[in-house]
Amino acid sequence: MKNWPLWEVFVRSKNGLEHRHCGSLHAADEDMALENARDVYTRRSEGVSIWVVKSSNITASNPDNNGELFEPAHDKVYRHPTFYELPDEVKHM
Amino acid sequence: MSEEQIRSLERQFDERIARDEKIEPKDWMPEKYRKTHIRQMSQHAHSEIVGMLPEGNWISRAPSLRRKVALLAKVQDEAGHGLYLYSATETLGISREEMYEQLHTGKAKYSSIFNYPTISWADMGAVGWLVDGAAIINQVPLCNTSYGPYARAMIRVCKEESFHQRQGFEIMMKLANGSPEQKDMAQDALNRWWWPSLMMLGPTDAESIHTEQSMKWKLKRKSNDDLRQQFIDQTVPQAELIGLTIPDPDLKWNEERQSYDFGEINWDEFWQVVKGHGPMNKHRMKARVGAWEEGAWVRDAAMAHAEKKQERKQKEAV
Amino acid sequence: MKNQNLYNYILGIADNSLILGQRMGELCGHGPSLETDIACTNISLDLFGQVRSYFQYAAKIAGDGRTEDDIAMLRKERDYKNVLLVEQPNTNFAYTLGRQFLFDVYHLAFLKELQKSTDLTLSAIANKCVKEVSYHERFSSDWIKRLGDGTAESKAKMQDAINDLWTYTDELFHQTEADKAMVEEGFGVDVTRLKEAYYTEINQVLEEATLTIPESKYFQKGGKEGIHTEHLGYLLAELQYMQRAYPNMEW
Repeated sequence: MKNWPLWEVFVRSKNGLEHRHCGSLHAADEDMALENARDVYTRRSEGVSIWVVKSSNITASNPDNNGELFEPAHDKVYRHPTFYELPDEVKHM
Repeated sequence: MSEEQIRSLERQFDERIARDEKIEPKDWMPEKYRKTHIRQMSQHAHSEIVGMLPEGNWISRAPSLRRKVALLAKVQDEAGHGLYLYSATETLGISREEMYEQLHTGKAKYSSIFNYPTISWADMGAVGWLVDGAAIINQVPLCNTSYGPYARAMIRVCKEESFHQRQGFEIMMKLANGSPEQKDMAQDALNRWWWPSLMMLGPTDAESIHTEQSMKWKLKRKSNDDLRQQFIDQTVPQAELIGLTIPDPDLKWNEERQSYDFGEINWDEFWQVVKGHGPMNKHRMKARVGAWEEGAWVRDAAMAHAEKKQERKQKEAV
Repeated sequence: MKNQNLYNYILGIADNSLILGQRMGELCGHGPSLETDIACTNISLDLFGQVRSYFQYAAKIAGDGRTEDDIAMLRKERDYKNVLLVEQPNTNFAYTLGRQFLFDVYHLAFLKELQKSTDLTLSAIANKCVKEVSYHERFSSDWIKRLGDGTAESKAKMQDAINDLWTYTDELFHQTEADKAMVEEGFGVDVTRLKEAYYTEINQVLEEATLTIPESKYFQKGGKEGIHTEHLGYLLAELQYMQRAYPNMEW
């Protein structure tokens, strides 16, 4: 018989914050995954909302391509506010 | 890949770790790194799961409701910690079922301390105070280990475990301050758990394999002997505080070293238990294998139901 | 005791949670998967939490220095008032979840009524418990459906468990003289009025689980009057062991 598949669990710790990945678990279906996530990852009131995603449904970038994916952004300093000069008199902008 | 390319990759890999960069699941890693991590992390997970048994043994007999809920919550945490650690290990390309298989067939090890029996309520105190105490010493440095998923799991584990040792110490303290019968019970538990707890921190440095490599990969930050000394130095004053005696006639404060000298550990006993001949090895494995095998029909049913549900959903969609 | 009736009534409610919590706790470390193990322990912890609220209240009413632990652990078997259903053993996972389900559906309906109790403490405890038990009921009924509508083996096991446990369901709605008195005083819940909705809901879940609704009309009762099945004595032997072996000590 097949084993229970793996699920990734995302928990929102309180309203106003994003869901964050907090770990994974095994479950036969999505209902059970949600129940298990509640029992495993929110035992100490860690959350107000849970997402579960079957791990096999996640498409991940390949670290071998990190050069082409992420390095081109490194020299685009003009995307950051510190790139621009301001006179000292302008305190907040 | 040529051997030279591999060597170059390995050099870069080691440099990344030396710079305190984390390694993540899909990153290239030396095969030995992967294997060593699977071994250590799964062993750690197995220890949590097998470790549920000696304490689980007293849930139904806890002397008060307050103690019962604390113990239940603690043993449940151990299941959670096993789960976090199995999940982290799965990122290295091995399934939980394969790891169970290795545990059940004796191919994988778990902490030997759980092969001792818990024969009195005071053992719940001793296990929490000493065994969790020794475990914390081992675990805290792992929050900073090089493999990302392991480090993250350990941060969670350490945060949750902070109440475990207190729970045990409180039990001991209450007994030590209780009736003569209770105090005897506490002392007896300390007598039985002290030496196995020292052994739990691993063989002496002279006999320990893997250490150098593990240090480099931050799987280990201190040697076994250093950890043991740290454990003794922090625990002896705690025992004194509650009026219990450490069962070691050679234990003596060394002013020069600013540490305790201690007596000889019975390493024959340690190796006997490691090799599977401790008082409870067979019993513990029987319990784990039993739970897994008796649960097979339940796990199968859940999968079968999930598939039927999925099919029904698809039919409805059509 | 001024409020002997209320005291007894609280014990009757609390004993169900106590004995079921103890049974569920036995499973810790032996569940069919780690996730399920953790879930079952959560149920046990909820139940023991409820027990403590009830017994602390009962101890206050008794006012004779007895503690929650004295009440939980130092009574004789005949003085435990739990229904027979909750003391049934963990024969296998189907029995464990079957017992849980058959109790949860009753428990939730009971607590919803207890929320309306004119006794403010009881109604406050019920308010807290309703949330916990709503989750228990969802969890156990989901599992009944999984096991009933799973494999041929799981279906057979689940059906056996339901058939065997069925005989203990009617007692849930049996009213003792003390119960009647409490209903009249406005503190208690009239359990007889919960019966119809109970079986409707149970039957609905069993049907969804593709299980057969048992037809047997022979029921067992006695727990509420302290006449138990043979299983309870052993459970109490463990529950009470420390308090009996080392009397008058603090832990």
